[in-house]
Formats: sequence, structure tokens, C-alpha cells
Amino acid sequence: MTEFKEDVSIVLGGAAGQGIQTVEGILTYALKRSGYHVYANKEYMSRVRGGINTTEIRVSSRRVRAFVKRIDILVPFKQGVLSWVSDRLSKETVVLGERENVEEEFLGRVNLVEVPLTKLALETGSQLYINTTAAGLIVGLFHGDFGAVEEYIRKRFGSKGENVVNKNIEAAKKGYELGVKLCEEGTIRVEVGRDEKVREEILLSGTEAVGIGALAGGMNFLSFYPMSPSTGVSTFAAQKAEEFGIIVEQVEDEISAINMALGAWFAGARAMVSTSGGGFALMSEALSLAGMAENPIVIHLAQRPGPATGLPTRTMQGDLNLVLYAGHGDFPRIILAPGSMEEAFYLTAEAFNLADKYQVPVIILTDQYFVDTYYNLPRPDLGRVRFEKYIVEAKPGYRRYELTEDGISPRAVPGYGEEVVIANGNEHDEWGDITEEAELTREMQEKRAIRKLETIRKNAPLPRLIGSENARYLVVSWGSTLHAVEEAIEKLGRDDVAFLHFSWVYPLNPETKRFFEGKTVIVVENNVTGQFADLLKKELGVDVHHRVLKYDGRPFSVEEVFDALKGVVE
Amino acid sequence: MNLPTGREAFEPRRPTSKDVAWCPGCGNFGIRNILISALAELGLKPSEVAIISGIGQAAKMPHYINANGYHTLHGRAIPIATGVKAASPELTVIAEGGDGDMYAEGGNHLLHAIRRNPDITVLIHDNQIYGLTKGQASPTTMVGMKTPTQPWGVFEEPFNPIALAIAMNASFVARTFMGYFRESVEIIKKAIQHKGLAIVDILHPCVSFNKVNTYAWYREHTYWMDDHDPHDREAAFKRALEEDPLPLGIFYVNEKPTFEESVPAYRVDKRPLWQREPKLDLVEKFFEDKKA
Ligand SMILES: Cc1ncc(C[n+]2csc(CCOP(=O)(O)OP(=O)(O)O)c2C)c(N)n1
Ligand code: SF4
Repeated sequence: MTEFKEDVSIVLGGAAGQGIQTVEGILTYALKRSGYHVYANKEYMSRVRGGINTTEIRVSSRRVRAFVKRIDILVPFKQGVLSWVSDRLSKETVVLGERENVEEEFLGRVNLVEVPLTKLALETGSQLYINTTAAGLIVGLFHGDFGAVEEYIRKRFGSKGENVVNKNIEAAKKGYELGVKLCEEGTIRVEVGRDEKVREEILLSGTEAVGIGALAGGMNFLSFYPMSPSTGVSTFAAQKAEEFGIIVEQVEDEISAINMALGAWFAGARAMVSTSGGGFALMSEALSLAGMAENPIVIHLAQRPGPATGLPTRTMQGDLNLVLYAGHGDFPRIILAPGSMEEAFYLTAEAFNLADKYQVPVIILTDQYFVDTYYNLPRPDLGRVRFEKYIVEAKPGYRRYELTEDGISPRAVPGYGEEVVIANGNEHDEWGDITEEAELTREMQEKRAIRKLETIRKNAPLPRLIGSENARYLVVSWGSTLHAVEEAIEKLGRDDVAFLHFSWVYPLNPETKRFFEGKTVIVVENNVTGQFADLLKKELGVDVHHRVLKYDGRPFSVEEVFDALKGVVE
Repeated sequence: MNLPTGREAFEPRRPTSKDVAWCPGCGNFGIRNILISALAELGLKPSEVAIISGIGQAAKMPHYINANGYHTLHGRAIPIATGVKAASPELTVIAEGGDGDMYAEGGNHLLHAIRRNPDITVLIHDNQIYGLTKGQASPTTMVGMKTPTQPWGVFEEPFNPIALAIAMNASFVARTFMGYFRESVEIIKKAIQHKGLAIVDILHPCVSFNKVNTYAWYREHTYWMDDHDPHDREAAFKRALEEDPLPLGIFYVNEKPTFEESVPAYRVDKRPLWQREPKLDLVEKFFEDKKA
């Protein structure tokens, strides 16, 4: 008998197009509705059919939000899955599935619990139902709420007619009963506590958190050119365009995307572009225009490994330097990197206020791992979302680039007020007309690149410290690695280790320096050189003592961070 | 304070906008006058007009006309103007630039703007040369012309913007020569009034760098189409292929839905985007749906 307690990691593996997402959808929905905490993340190959894709689902009695390497239950839908994840298998792993999906060499080495999925599906009428059968099976192991499975199937397949719905429910039921039976027979035992509060919570992915955050921030224009893994946010916005009455346009290239969005902001819209590193590279010319013309813009960049097309469907935090330095000439920008779904929602909404207020590019950095992750969380509080509008009326005598103490000139939009608004990507005078005057050039350069940057810097929020201010070790991370580091430190259970997470990445408030004083600093990041560690040195003069880096295109697992930190502190 | 009206209203009033950076005798002056007349005769106010330009001599226009303006990047005026119009459809939006700006660096955007059909007017100052960068060949430079960067003479086939636009079924396609003032004003007025993307290729001499296509050359090598029906696409295409003399006038008019009419943003709410607020009730509803 194999027993799983408190926290179970289930991995489903199969070919692209085999319907693993259906299983994932049913499982996470039904288990959440049953009162279990759930987390899911997928890894997939850059192909439309075939290959091997896997999804990890964690089911737990406590909040779980990070990827673990460990596999407790593996459900292979084809041969090759076991080899693909062989380094994640252990003696305890239960392989739940059909013998023909297990490679010869693994037979005898793994704990195979044979389940006749195909047979059960065929009994329902077609092999097609194998996914729902498998989903039912796992829900059954948890004695989950079957009503929630039915609900999900009705929602998801409702448009395909009553017959399809009923057949799927029947298939799921067969799986469910088998799952319950496996427990009763004592083949597998699962003990995970339920938490009533979870039922009322929502399931949200990184893609949705950014997308809905943008809508909460008043985004009403999005232009894009598709590129994985950023496309999900554009798709999300397009699906919501009618309901929200916004403009979402797929354009000819990334150059057009960002320029169109700049035009929209110039005329007062709240515009966003969503892209990945390669697309952003094409946008860097327009980024400079935004800098010079002080044209607000919000850019969502979902990172994937580079250089060039790199690994299209994998993850990395490798574009920090790109967004820090892209564009020619000096101009300020704001870089945000949410670590949790809550942060992604609130920060994306706030990005629009920041862009409007400071009239600079605001870049939201996520990555493939983050956009494809989801888990349950309490519903965000809309009372915390602020809508701040900084547009002024162009009254006679209005000057678009008025020189001010804090570097911020009042921004008017064409058509609001009698006076005209002149914006300019060439160096300009206060009215917006071209200038080549030396003194004025100096003043304008200082206004943008020094005074405005200082204003942003001193108003920048501080990073979040978890643990004691007096801890000897300070673990530092930014963006999507938040939860893996958090869980690893928890597991470490030492009070001389504190954790500092940055979701506001640049510019850094000078006060941030105090967190580092007298500490052994360990930076954890998902890239090959330690781009954020270098930024800490450059911005704050902070010395980083250890860099924990991962750059194989995969996210950090809790175990990997744990092992690395253990190696440093012991 | 009373702001001026009519033609006067469009005369620049800002301190440095009187320092015009065009060479004496340049065709750009004529285009400026034509544009001011067209805007004034249409009864528009400067605050209702937005001129979005790229980079080049032609693209300096926003500084010499009093209207809203955005002097942007080489080749990018069209997408930016599209964004402006989409965000604020009440504005009269004009994208302006040279032949290098619109046909070389911005060529791809022109193609896709024709497909997207925003209700903007694209004015191309076609002097068949690069002015600002001092005399290199442009996409419309004639075969055989020698330049500092094509000392062996240009051999690339010149771009035919008119034929291209008609082939792509553009909404409004015209050509004029700025030397004909009244006719040009009328064409530009029609282009601005036209609902949908209007492309006007405006021939104009560059007195500093193009010694071939002079004022006299344009007069000798152009003619007005009197008997042409702009709704006849085939006839328009035939005219577009004529090379010498070059036909002038409106080649093609094709009414079709505009970009702004097609997006859902204005179906119910007609206000420009800057007047709108986040729909938090719908965000709330999204979360509510996510619970179940
Ligand atoms: C990205 C980029 N490449 C090149 C240039 C240099 N450049 C400025 S204007 C110009 C061409 C101007 O020619 P045209 O568009 O025909 O305008 P004209 O000056 O003749 O009015 C070029 C190549 C630039 N500003 N930006
Ligand atoms: S360089 Fe040519 S196009 Fe430019 S202002 Fe002089 S004459 Fe006109």
C-alpha cells in the first residue's frame, strides 16, 4: 500500500493534443470545489501535436503555490512519459495507468498500479472519454465532490450537446468509482485535509491575473503580435473586448504594436502591449520614443529563454537586462515583476496609474512559468485598486514639456481644451518644438533622466521582507521565483535566514540598502549570469555572496532551492 | 483669450515654430500652404486636428502648422496615427512623411493600414529622394539617377504607390503635384472628408538634392485625369500603370467600414477612450464567475 499525506504531487503526461488540459481542468476545479488547496503548472514542447507535455497538480491541505520536482502519482497517457520525467521518479512514486504506456525498462522499477482506462472509456462508448475517466479516477482517490466534476463537464462541454455531456459524466463516474475502490482496497491511501474556505476562493492563472489586472487598471487598448508565452494575455483581452468595450488589435509586427499603443496613449487611452523578449527587441526603438516624448506605455513581457528564438515554450528570467537597457539615450522606466497572482493583479492595475503619472514606460516582467501557473487564492479586493488619472486640459498657453522641479510636466491630450498639444521624439523646447539649443538640451536631459528618475526612485515601494531583520542570511529573489523560495525557506526552518522579495525591480528606492547591511546575501534567479544580483550591485552597491542560478529552461523546484540554500547555510 | 480662427488659426504661434528648417524654394512650403487652406476651408479648429509625422524634412510639418502634433519615428507615423484615431475618433488625424518615411521604412505599415482601414489621411511628400539625410535614393527615385550613395545610378524599379494601393483595394487613392495649388487643396479636402484610409501621394521638388524632378519637370511630365471614374477599379489600375506623363487626380474611391467602426469599443459607448473609467463591476463579475 502506498500512502500520501497532506500534500500530493500528481503529474499527468501525454502528447500535445491528447487532452491533458481537459483532465487538468476537471481536476483542479473539482478538487478546489471539494475544499482542497490546488496548484497547477505545465511544461510543454514547442509543437502543436505529439511530443511530451506534462502538467503538475499539487493537492494539499495547506496553501501550495510552487513547483516541486517530486512526483507522487504519475499518470502517463503514452509511452515515453516515464523516460521524460525519470529524474523526478522515486520508489514512492505510484504510476497510475495502463501497462502499454509504461516503457519496458521501467516495469519492475516503478510502483505500477494498473487501471483499465481504455476499457472503461470504451464501455462508455468511445476511447475519446479516456481523459474524463482519468480525471474522475483521481478525484475519486481524494473522495472529492463528484457534483463538481459534473458541473465542470456541463460548463465545458455544454455547447456540444446533451449526449456529449452525459457520456463524459458517465465516463468520469466510472473513473471515480474505480478511484474510490483503489482506496477501499487499500492499494493507495490519500490523506489530505480539507479547508472549507477554499471552496469560496478563485482559481487564477498568471495570464489571467495580468489580463484582468490590466482591465481593472482601465486598459482600453491592446495591440500585439503573437509570441509565446505572452499571447495568452492578448487572447484573454480579445475574449473580453466586447464585454469591456475595448480595442484589441493583432497587428503586422511588434513595431506597429507598440507604436499604435503609443499613439493611443498620446490621445488619452490606457494602452498595453503584450510580448516576449524577441518582440520586445523590435520595440526598443519605440521605447526610446516613449522616453523622449514622455509618452506613457505599459508593456507586458512574458520571458522565455533566449538569445533569439531560444526555447519558445520554456522559462527563464533572462530579459531583465534587456528591459533595463533597451532603447538608446537616457530615460527612466519602471520595471515590475509580480511573484504571486495577487501581485500580478494589483501591480498590473497600478502600472497604468504609474505610466499615466510619470509618463514613462512601465514594464511588467513575467515568464512562461508564471503565466502558465495557477492556484486557488482569496478573491482580490477591488477596494485596493485605485484609478488615478493625470490628464489635464490644454488651456491657451499650454506647454507639453513645461520644465518642473520634479521632472513631471502636465500631460494634456488632443481634443481636451482649446489649445494644441505637441509631442516630439526629437529634442524639444517646452512647447514641444524641435530645438538644438545647448542649454535647453541640457535642461531637458536632466529633467527626464535625472529629476524624473529621482522622483520615481524616492516613491518606489520597498521590497517585502519575510523573516527577521536581524537574520544572518538574506535570501533575495524577484518575480516568479517567489513561492519556490518561500516554501524552501519554510522547509529549512531556520530563524537566521530571512527572505527579501522584489516585485518592484527598478528603479530601487535607496532605502532598500538597509535590508542588506551585515548580511550574507544569497540571490536566487532563473538565469545564467545573475542579472538581478548585478543590478543590486549597480543600484545599491550591495555585494552578493552567493548566486543560486538555474538556466535549463525549467523553473526552480522547491527541492532545488532548498538544497542550494542548505548548501550555503550549513 | 480669443484664439484666432480660419487660416490664421493654423499659423504657428509658438516661439521656435517660426524658425522653418526647409531650404528656400522647397516644395514643402507649398504643401504646408495647401494643408492649411484645406483645414481652414473644412472649418476645422486646430484642437480638432492631429498631425502625426515620421522623420524627414516633410515630417517636420507639425512644427510649422498650429494643430495637435506628434513628431515621431522614421516610418512609424501610420501605426501611431492609427492609435490616435482609434483612441479619439472625433479627431481629424493626418499621418505625414516623405517617400522614404512612408514607402521604405514604413512600407509594411502602409500595406497593413490599407487592410485595417483606419479613418486617417496619409499625406506622402514624394520628392523622389531622401532630403534630410542629404540626397540618397528613395523608393521612388527614377532608374538611372546618380546619387552619392548610388554613384553607378539607381537600378531598382521605382515603387508605384498608386498601383499598389489600388491593388490592395485601398479606400481612397490620389496623386497631386503641389505646384497646382487649388487642385491640391481640393484633393486634400476630399481625402480628409473621405471616411476610411485616404492616401495622397504629393509630388514635390527637392531643390537641394533632386536635380532631375524639378518644378518644370513635374509640370511637363504630369496631366490631370478629367474623364476618369474613381469608382472603376480596373480603370484606376490602368491609369496607375501610366508612367509618362503621370496622371494626377483621384484614382480610386472605395467606401468600406473603418477600423474604428469595426472595433467593439464604440458600439455602445461613443466617448473617446480618455473619458472612460475601468469597469470594476465587470472585473468583480469575472471573479465571481471564477469562484464557481
Ligand atoms: C530608424 C531610422 N533610420 C534612418 C534615419 C535617418 N533618416 C532620417 S530622414 C530619412 C529619409 C528621409 O527621406 P524622406 O522620408 O523621403 O523625407 P524627406 O526628408 O525627403 O522629406 C532617413 C533615412 C532615421 N531617422 N531613423
Ligand atoms: S532638402 Fe530638399 S526636401 Fe528638404 S527642405 Fe531642402 S529642398 Fe526641401
